[in-house]
Amino acid sequence: MTTMQKLLQLPVNAVNIVKTVQSQVQGQEEDKSPVLTPDSGPQTWYSALQPDELRHLRSGGTGGGGGGGGDQEERAPLEDGGGGGGGTFQTQPLRHDDLKEMLDSNKDSLKLEAMKRIVAMIARGKNASDLFPAVVKNVACKNIEVKKLVYVYLVRYAEEQQDLALLSISTFQRGLKDPNQLIRASALRVLSSIRVTIIVPIMMLAIKEAASDMSPYVRKTAAHAIPKLYSLDPEQKDQLIEVIEKLLADKTTLVAGSVVMAFEEVCPERIDLIHKNYRKLCNLLIDVEEWGQVVIINMLTRYARTQFLNPNINESLLEEGGVGEKTFYGSDEDEDEDEDEKEKKAEAAALAKRKPYVMDPDHRLLLRNTKPLLQSRNAAVVMAVAQLYFHLAPKAEVGVIAKALVRLLRSHSEVQYVVLQNVATMTIKRRGMFEPYLKSFYIRSTDPTQIKVLKLEVLTNLANETNISTILREFQTYIKSMDKDFVAATIQAIGRCATNIGEVRDTCLNGLVQLLSNRDELVVAESVVVIKKLLQMQPEKHSDIIKHMAKLTDNIQVPMARASILWLIGEYCEHVPKIAPDVLRKMAKSFTNEEDIVKLQIINLAAKLYLTNSKQTKLLTQYVLNLAKYDQNYDIRDRARFIRQLIVPTEKSGALSKYAKKLFLALKPAPVLESPFKDRDHFQLGSLSHLLNAKAGGYQELPDWPEAAPDPSVRNVEVKESVPEWTKCSSREKRKEKKVEKPFYSDSEGESGPTESADSESDSASGSESASGSEESGSRSESEESEEASESEEEEEEEEEKKKKKQKEVKKTVQESESEQSSEEDRKHERKSKPRKSDTESESDEDEESESESSQSESEDSESEAEVKKKKKASEAKPPSKPVKKESKKEKKEMSLLDLDDFEPSPSPQVTPVNTFLSNSLVTDLEGLSLSDSVLAPATIAPSSALKSYELLHRITGEGLSVEYCFSRQPFSPDANMVAVQMQVTNNATTDTKNLHIEDVKLQSGMRVKEFPEIELLAAGETATAVMGIDFCDSTQAANFQLCTHARKFFVSIQPPVGELMRPVFLTENEFKKEQGQLMGMNEITEKLTLDAKCRNEHAIVQRVTTAANLSRVPCGSDKECRFAGRTVTSSSLVLVTVATKEEGAAQLTVNCEKMVIGTMLVKDILLALTQ
Amino acid sequence: MIHSLFLINHSGDIFLEKHWKSVISRSVCDYFFEAKEKAVDPENVPPVLQTPHHYLITVYRGKLFFLSVIQTEVPPLFVIEFLHRVADTFQDYFGECSEGVIKDNVVTVYELLEEMLDNGFPLATESNVLKEMIRPPTILRSVVNTLTGGSNVGDMLPTGQLSNIPWRRAGVKYTNNEAYFDVIEEIDAILDKSGTTVFAEIQGAIEACVRLSGMPDLTLSFMNPRLLDDVSFHPCVRFKRWESERVLSFIPPDGNFTLMTYHVSSQNLVAIPVYVKQNISFFETGSCGRLEITIGPKQTMGKTVEGLMVTIHMPKAVLSVNLTATQGNYTYDLATKVLVWDIGKLNPQKLPNLRGSLSMPSGVPKPEENPSLNIDLKIQQLAISGVKVSRLDMYGEKYKPFKGVKYVTKAGKFQVRT
Repeated sequence: MTTMQKLLQLPVNAVNIVKTVQSQVQGQEEDKSPVLTPDSGPQTWYSALQPDELRHLRSGGTGGGGGGGGDQEERAPLEDGGGGGGGTFQTQPLRHDDLKEMLDSNKDSLKLEAMKRIVAMIARGKNASDLFPAVVKNVACKNIEVKKLVYVYLVRYAEEQQDLALLSISTFQRGLKDPNQLIRASALRVLSSIRVTIIVPIMMLAIKEAASDMSPYVRKTAAHAIPKLYSLDPEQKDQLIEVIEKLLADKTTLVAGSVVMAFEEVCPERIDLIHKNYRKLCNLLIDVEEWGQVVIINMLTRYARTQFLNPNINESLLEEGGVGEKTFYGSDEDEDEDEDEKEKKAEAAALAKRKPYVMDPDHRLLLRNTKPLLQSRNAAVVMAVAQLYFHLAPKAEVGVIAKALVRLLRSHSEVQYVVLQNVATMTIKRRGMFEPYLKSFYIRSTDPTQIKVLKLEVLTNLANETNISTILREFQTYIKSMDKDFVAATIQAIGRCATNIGEVRDTCLNGLVQLLSNRDELVVAESVVVIKKLLQMQPEKHSDIIKHMAKLTDNIQVPMARASILWLIGEYCEHVPKIAPDVLRKMAKSFTNEEDIVKLQIINLAAKLYLTNSKQTKLLTQYVLNLAKYDQNYDIRDRARFIRQLIVPTEKSGALSKYAKKLFLALKPAPVLESPFKDRDHFQLGSLSHLLNAKAGGYQELPDWPEAAPDPSVRNVEVKESVPEWTKCSSREKRKEKKVEKPFYSDSEGESGPTESADSESDSASGSESASGSEESGSRSESEESEEASESEEEEEEEEEKKKKKQKEVKKTVQESESEQSSEEDRKHERKSKPRKSDTESESDEDEESESESSQSESEDSESEAEVKKKKKASEAKPPSKPVKKESKKEKKEMSLLDLDDFEPSPSPQVTPVNTFLSNSLVTDLEGLSLSDSVLAPATIAPSSALKSYELLHRITGEGLSVEYCFSRQPFSPDANMVAVQMQVTNNATTDTKNLHIEDVKLQSGMRVKEFPEIELLAAGETATAVMGIDFCDSTQAANFQLCTHARKFFVSIQPPVGELMRPVFLTENEFKKEQGQLMGMNEITEKLTLDAKCRNEHAIVQRVTTAANLSRVPCGSDKECRFAGRTVTSSSLVLVTVATKEEGAAQLTVNCEKMVIGTMLVKDILLALTQ
Repeated sequence: MIHSLFLINHSGDIFLEKHWKSVISRSVCDYFFEAKEKAVDPENVPPVLQTPHHYLITVYRGKLFFLSVIQTEVPPLFVIEFLHRVADTFQDYFGECSEGVIKDNVVTVYELLEEMLDNGFPLATESNVLKEMIRPPTILRSVVNTLTGGSNVGDMLPTGQLSNIPWRRAGVKYTNNEAYFDVIEEIDAILDKSGTTVFAEIQGAIEACVRLSGMPDLTLSFMNPRLLDDVSFHPCVRFKRWESERVLSFIPPDGNFTLMTYHVSSQNLVAIPVYVKQNISFFETGSCGRLEITIGPKQTMGKTVEGLMVTIHMPKAVLSVNLTATQGNYTYDLATKVLVWDIGKLNPQKLPNLRGSLSMPSGVPKPEENPSLNIDLKIQQLAISGVKVSRLDMYGEKYKPFKGVKYVTKAGKFQVRT
C-alpha cells in the first residue's frame, strides 16, 4: 500500500509545484481517496507520531474528509498531497491552511512570516512535515531570509520526504554554478545536507567540482560536505579519499581545518596522505581558526606517534632512578613487575647508548609551532596542545603546559571538570610538573562537589614528603566541610597519602582515629574503612587502635564500617585476645538485625576466633552458625554451611579442615590504595574516551612509538610539484597581499629550521608569509624566478635612460659589491634573502630589512642581482659550481674591505642591513666625489624599487582581478600638475578580462584625473601595467572611481600619502638658505626627535626621508645636517626639509612650506620614517 | 561531531531542539534528567554522560542546560567550549541568555545555530562575522523590517570569513572613533581563620570596546609587562610581538571583546585590600549561635573599597538569624540558608560591623563547621597588581581616535575560612 501511495503521490505533488492543469489531478484525487481512508491502519509515514496524535488523526481524518471536500474546488490537490505525507495537518487544518496560504502568496513578507512560524514549530520539536510541498516551492524565492529558512526546513525534513525533496535539487544545481561564491557555497551546503540517497552521485559530482573551485570558501564547504556524503553512503569512500587528498594539498588556512576534519571522519587510517602536507600543516596551524586547530593538533599527535622516535628514550636511565623513588614510597608495588620494567629500561638504555637520540627536525617543528597556541583563549586548543606535549615532547619540555592548564581552572566549571580529569592523569606520570601550582588546586567551599573531588585527587597525586604537611593541613579544613561526600573523599585521600608516604603514616593514622569520634556517621565509617586498610600494613604496632575501634561497634551503624571493624578484629585477634571474644558475643546478640555484609563478617570473626581461641568461643560460634543457617540470604546460609564444614572437625569432613587455620589466618597482602586515574594515559589525553575511561565509538588508538623511525624523506615536498592552477595563483596572490597586510604571528626573527627542507619551509613561512609561504620552496619554479627577473628588467626600462648612463661606472662597482654581498649574505641568511627575492621590487618599508636597504642600488642592480641569484640557485642545486661562488666572494672581500675602511667609519653592527647599506653608502659617496649637480639630482630621485605599493582591488573582491598601485615618482608627461600613479593589474581568474577602464570618477572640487587607455584584453593569469595621472590639488583627499571590466564594476579609491604630492627640485645650498629665510614663522614647523638606532648616519637619513617623500637632496657643507627640497605638484609651492643631527641620536626636523597643512602632515610622516 | 542540541530549562522542559544530522529523538535526554535528579544541584550534574548509543555533553549557563548529543569520539572540551560560545553569542545578540529571550527570538536563534555549525562542525563563531550574516535584533530594525519586509539576514558573504583576520568586519565607519580598555583584576584568595593568606593570586583581563573606522592596527604597551606571568590572547593578538617585545599588537575586532587575560606571577605578594575579623560560634546547649563580623581596610593603595558584600552559606541547621548591622543591610534566605550582607562603601573611620544571634531548632546537634565567608568588593581606578598601560598607538589609519583606559579591581573567589 505504501508504495502505491508513493506512486500516486509523487505526480500529485509534482503537479502541484509546477501548477499545471487541475483536471488531471482531480482524477487522481478520486482514485486516491479510497486509498487514504483513515481506517487503513497506520502507514509507515505515521511512525513518528505519538499514539494519541494518531488517535486524533483518525477521528479528525473522518471529519476532515468532509472539510477537505468543501475546500476541494479551490486547493484540493495540494491538501490531499500534503495529507498523505503528514498527520498533524489534519489535526489542525485551519492553522496550517493559513500558513500554506501565506506561503503561496506573492508577498515576501507573508512568506517570511509563515516560514518564521514554521521554523519556530521545528525548534519546539513540533511536526511540520505536512507543509513540505508548500514550503519546497519557495526554495527559489528571491528573498534571502525566506530562502535560508526554507533551507532549514528542507534539511530537517528532506530525509522523511525524499521524493518531494528531489524537486528542490535542480535549484541547488543551478546555485552551484552561480558566479557568487556565497551562493555556490550555500547551495553545496544544503545539497550535501539533504540526506537523500538517490542524489549521492549528484553530491559526489558537486563536491568534486567545488574542491577545485577558485574560492577557498567554497572549497571549505566542499571539505565539510565530504563527511556528510560519507555517512550517507560509505561506498563512496575511495572517491572521497581522492578529494580529501586534493584538498589536503590546499594552502589556505580556511580549508585546512575542515579538510583535516573530513580526513579524521572518513579515512583516519590513511596516515600516508599526511606526509606531504605535514610541514605545511605545521606552519599553517597558527593561522587556522580555533576549531580547526584542535582537529589538526589531535591528528598530528597521532601522526607523530607513528613517524618519530620516542624523545625520552635516552632518559630511561634517569627514569630508573625515578622508579627507585617510586618503590620507596609505594612499597606495595609489585616487585616482579618492577624488575621487568627495569629490564626493559635497561634494554632501552642500552639501545639508546648505541644510537644517541636525535630529534627529527619535523618533530621539533611540530612542537615549536604548537607552543604559542598554549596562549589561546580557547580551552579546547590549549588542551589539545597540552596533550600533544604530554604525548610527544621530551620530558624536560613538557612542563610548559602546566601553567596553561592551571589557567583553564579559572574557566567554567565544565571546563574545569575536564581539565582536572586530565591533570589528574598527568600528575601520576609527571608529578613534578604541577608541583609549583599546588595551591591552585586548593578547594573552595563554593566549588561543585565533582570539582572538589577531582581537585582532591590531584592534590593527593601531588603529595610528596616535602609538601605533605601543607597538604594535610589543607585536608584538615576539608574534613570539616558540610559536604559529606567530599569529606568522605578527603578521608580516602588522607589514607592514600599515608600509604604512599611512609613518614606521615602515623600522623595520618592518628588523625583518622580522632575522626572516629566524629559525630557524623559517614565520616566515621569512611575513616574506619581507611584505617582498616592502613592497619593492614603494620598491624602489630597498633593494637590500641584496634581496641579503640572495637569499642566503636556499639555506636557505629554504617554497615561497611561495622564490617571493617569486625574483619580487623578477626584478622588480628591475637593482638586483642581479650576483646575479640567479647565483640563476638555482642555481635551474636544482634546478629539477626545486622546487614548482610556485617553478618558475613560476623561469621568470619566467629570462624577465626574458633580456630585461635576455641575454648572461649566454641559455643558462640555454634550459635552464630546456627543463626546463619536459617538466614534469609542464601549467601549467608551458604557461607555458614561452608565454614561449619571447614572448622568443625567431623568424621565426614575432608582433608581441608586440617588446613583451616592456614586458610583463614593466612597473611593477607595489604590493599593497594591507588588513584583511579592510574594507567588512564593509554587513552589520548583530552579525548572523550579518556574522560570516560572507556573507548568511545570512532576513537583512534594512540599508537606506540615505533622502534625505528620510518623514512623521514616522505615528508619532503617535491620541488616541482604540479600545483593546480588555482592554488598557484592564490599563493602568488597571497604573497603580494602580504606586503600590505602583514600576517599574524609571523616570526620575522624565526629560528632557522632544522633540516634543509624544513629549513626552507619554515623560513619562507617565517619570512612574513606564514600563511601561504609554506609551499614557497616547493612551488617557486625557475620560471617564476625568471619572470621576476624580467619584471625588474621591465622596470629598469622605465627608468630614465639618462640616469642609467650617468651612473654607469657607479653601477659597475655596485653591481660587484652587491653580488658579493648577496652571495655572502645568502650563505648566512639564506632564509632572509628568500622572501626578499620574491618581493624585490615592492617590498615595503614596513620590513626592517628593506628599510635600510638602499632602494636605489636595488633597482640599479635588480638585473644583476637576479642573475646572481639564479646562479646561486643553480649552485645550490649543483655542488660543482661552488668554486665560482668562492671566487666571486674573494673578489668581493677585497672590495668590501676597501669600502668599509674608506667610506664607513663605524660599520653598523647589524649583519642584515650591511649588504644594502653598504652599497647605498657607496653610491652616495661616489656621488659625493663627483659633486656635480647633474649627478646629485638623479641620485636623490626616489628609487622605483622601494616604491611602496598599495592595494587597489583585492583578488577576492575583484573576483579574480587584482590591482595594485604605486606612485612611480615619474613626471606625468601629459600634465605636469598631475601625480603619476602606476597600476599593476593582474588577472587571477580563469577567464579573460576585457575592456578594463575607468568610469564614474568622483573627485573633490579642483581635482582632475587623466585615465589610462582602456586595456582591451587581459588574459587569465596575465599582468598588465597602466599609468594614470591624478591632480590631487595638493591635498590628501582620495580620488574615487570605478574600475570597469566587460562584466563588472568595482568601486575603488586612491589616497596619496603627503610625500607623493611633491616633485623634487634641485637647489644649491645658498638658494636653499635663502628660500628658507623667506619661509619662516607660520610656515616653519620644527620638531625634536630621537633617531631610530638604525638610522643614525647621514645615508640612512637620506634614504628614509626620500622614501617618505619625493624630495631631492640639497648638498650641504656640514655633515650634521641633511637638507631636502621639492615643490608640490599642483601649486609648485616650495617644500624644504632639514634634518639636523645632534649627539646620541637626537635630531631636529624642520619643514618649511607655504602650505601649512602639507607641512604639518609631512612632518608627521618624516618623523615616523626616522623614528621607526 | 555535534549531532543535536537541546536547550533545557531549569525545571526540565526541552524548549528548543536543533539537529545537524538526522533527527535524534528527544527521549535521549531522559538519561540527563536522571543524572540531574541524582545530582540535586544543577552544578553537580556531570558534564559528560554516557548512554548506550550516545554521549551527552552539557553545559549549564544562566539557568539553562545546553545539552549536545555526540555519537563518536570528540574532545569534550571542544564541545564544551563551543556550547559556551553559543551561549556567549546569544548573550551578545540579545543582551542576556535566558529562556524567555531565546523563545522570543527563536528564528534568529535558529539561524544562528545554522550558521555556527555545519554538519556538527563549527563554521562561523566570530561574533563580527555572524553579525554581518544575521543582524542582531534591535527595536528600530524590527520596526523597519515589519514595515518594509526587510530581513535580518545579510546577503553578502562576510569578508571576515575570507580574510586573514576573520574577527573583524570590513568597511567599519564611525563618526566618533574611540577605543576603550578596561583592565579588570580579580583577587582570588583563601584566608584562614587567623587572617593569614593561604593562597592568593591575581587574575586580570583586558576588556576592550573598540569602535574605530577602517582597519586600524593597534599597539598597546605596558609600563611593567614583566608582572604578567601567564597570558592568553584573543586570536587577533600577534603572539610573536608579545614574545619579543612584550607589547600587544593587533587589529581589533569591531565592538566589545576580551583582548587578553593574564595571571600575575605568584611570586609577587598579593595585596589583600580588606581584613575580616569574624567570630562565629555555635553553642552546644541552648540551640543558638553567635555571629560577629567586622571588616576593615588593609592594603587599598589609598583608594576606597566599594560594593562590599559578604555572603555566607549557613549550615542547614540555622533556622533564622537576628542580627544588627552598623552599615548596610542584610538578608537571610530561609530556603537556601544564604546570608547576604550588603555593605556598600567601606568607611575606614567607622568600620562596618554585623553582630547578633543565630537560632537553631532545639535538639539538633551543633554544626561541625563554621561557614566560610565569601567576600565581594570593588575598587575603582586601581589595578591591584600594579599593571599599567603605558600607551596605545594606532597605525594604518589617519584619524586620531579617542583612547581611554580604566582600571578596576574586584574580588574574585575571595573566601575567608572560619
